[in-house]
Amino acid sequence: MIGLSIKQVFFSYGNGLVLHDIDLSVEPGEMVGLLGPNGSGKTTLIKLASGILKPGQGEIWLDGSNLNQIKRKAVARSIAVMPQQFHIPFAFRVGEVVMLGRIPFIRTLTGETEADREAVGYALELAGISELEQRRFDELSGGERQKVILAMVLAQQPELLLLDEPTVHLDITHQVEILELVRGLNRRQGLTVVAAMHDLNLASLYFDRLVLLKEGRVLADGTPAEVITENMLREVFAASVKVEAHPATGAPHVVIMPEESDHYSVD
Amino acid sequence: MGVATGVKGKVSGRLKGHGRFAMVLLFLAVGLVLALFVASIFGTVMLSLSDVVKMTIDKLPFIDLQDTWRAADETIFFQIRLPRVVASALVGAALATAGVLFQGLLRNPMADPYIIGTSAGAALGATVAMVLPIELSLLGFGLVPLAAFIGALGTVFLVYNLARVGGKTPVVSMLLAGFVVSALLVAIISFMMAISDQLDLNIRSVYSFLMGHISVVGWEWSVFIAPLVVAGVVVARFFAYHLNAFSLGEEGAAYVGIEVERDKILILALGSVLTAAAVSIGGLISFVGLVMPHSVRLVLGPDHRLLLPASALAGAIFVVFADLLARVVLAPTEIPVGIVTAIVGAPFFLYLLRRSRREYAF
Repeated sequence: MIGLSIKQVFFSYGNGLVLHDIDLSVEPGEMVGLLGPNGSGKTTLIKLASGILKPGQGEIWLDGSNLNQIKRKAVARSIAVMPQQFHIPFAFRVGEVVMLGRIPFIRTLTGETEADREAVGYALELAGISELEQRRFDELSGGERQKVILAMVLAQQPELLLLDEPTVHLDITHQVEILELVRGLNRRQGLTVVAAMHDLNLASLYFDRLVLLKEGRVLADGTPAEVITENMLREVFAASVKVEAHPATGAPHVVIMPEESDHYSVD
Repeated sequence: MGVATGVKGKVSGRLKGHGRFAMVLLFLAVGLVLALFVASIFGTVMLSLSDVVKMTIDKLPFIDLQDTWRAADETIFFQIRLPRVVASALVGAALATAGVLFQGLLRNPMADPYIIGTSAGAALGATVAMVLPIELSLLGFGLVPLAAFIGALGTVFLVYNLARVGGKTPVVSMLLAGFVVSALLVAIISFMMAISDQLDLNIRSVYSFLMGHISVVGWEWSVFIAPLVVAGVVVARFFAYHLNAFSLGEEGAAYVGIEVERDKILILALGSVLTAAAVSIGGLISFVGLVMPHSVRLVLGPDHRLLLPASALAGAIFVVFADLLARVVLAPTEIPVGIVTAIVGAPFFLYLLRRSRREYAF
């Protein structure tokens, strides 16, 4: 399994820095959540880590090689990326979409092999959607589609999985299913995971390490208990919140306090 | 859902993978050969199907049949009909393949081979060549096809570079640049046509170029274009996985290992060469490059591994028959084949679109 180290990275889309001096080292087998408000640089950081954006300054190392000097095909054999959603305009069947994850391994001349078909079958099984294989992707529900995309990135058999708000449009059943699956792979197979997370409570429950971003800088980096505190959150988010302990796990649990709550609080 | 899906799964899960691909392509290839023969027998002089088949077999190496046909028929078949029919097939295969390439790369259902300016560039090249007062003949073919070919490629090159910003060529910029450059070139052509009377320019053949007309007489130009089209169709097939990956968008394609900017250039170049080859033979034949890929996708699905070769064969068959109709319906007058492709193609496509009761995610 591989780790990723981001060294003094600055990035700008053209005007104004989006990321300032990011130093972040992800060890093999870690499960790291990136937190922060919209525009704090989470998605940009995921894209930099995937290699499709190049840092303006600084370097990103993937297991001893400079990420930006590796060919896309080689990168795709160790890093898979799951974005918020894919829009696929063609009427592909689910099996065909999952097969797209095998592209980094397929030789043009020989085409897909038995190993590729097995990887697809296994990924469908992991994601619990084997019965959808012949269905058309564009006719599935949002939650089912996201599971298909998860199966696709798993068919890529990555060592590092990057997720950009993988659960953002999903109902809680699908949110939990996807995070359980990813954490299971992290625990059982040592899959390294870095995910931008929108939902603080899900992040607190499923990740061992959280990195809080504010305006392109790392504000906090540590366990959920260290990062999700009322002080930290007040610094980053405008909403007023209370942090309590999760009734079962004791992980920090964020409760939103409505603006007017003072008026009708009893004490 | 369970039962319905199960049944559907069996029907459409049928012959899987390569077996199914091979069956479909074999069927289409046989269809194309039949189309070539059938289209060859019609014309001012009717030939017999058995004669043209025998003549062809006779031409094969090591086979020598007794000549039971008229020598004149042999000349008509090999020197007039077959060059024309083969040229139609080349045009159809090239346009349909280019259509698949552009639609797949741009993820745009309205994309056709002409979308980034090839048509206007080819038309301008052809117009200039027609207007020029020189009778130049290279290797047996006139200046017009060569000028159309160069005009098409030159325009794509221009559009691509106009749309390029900071090492990237965004699709939207390219579509807009293509649109604007086309508009400019079309204005120049219109201007030339407007002043053609005053300057006494020979402009009549420009109309037939613009409407699409297989203008091949003899083998000279096809000998140059056929290897290009055949190679183009074969090379396109090697990009099937890339095009499948591009259906995830450019970012998604990069995530599964595609070198996006490099492959974009290669696919654009390939599609443009195929389009330039087609327009150099047939002028601006409409509809084939837009609708053949959609028709094949509706029937066979979007996997480019099958879609590319199947569209090439289907496009070839379609244009061979369209050109046959263009030649014989009002004989001895020829209708521009571009009119036939639209009149026959539009209802056929609408039928396919209506027949599939599900929403068409193209």
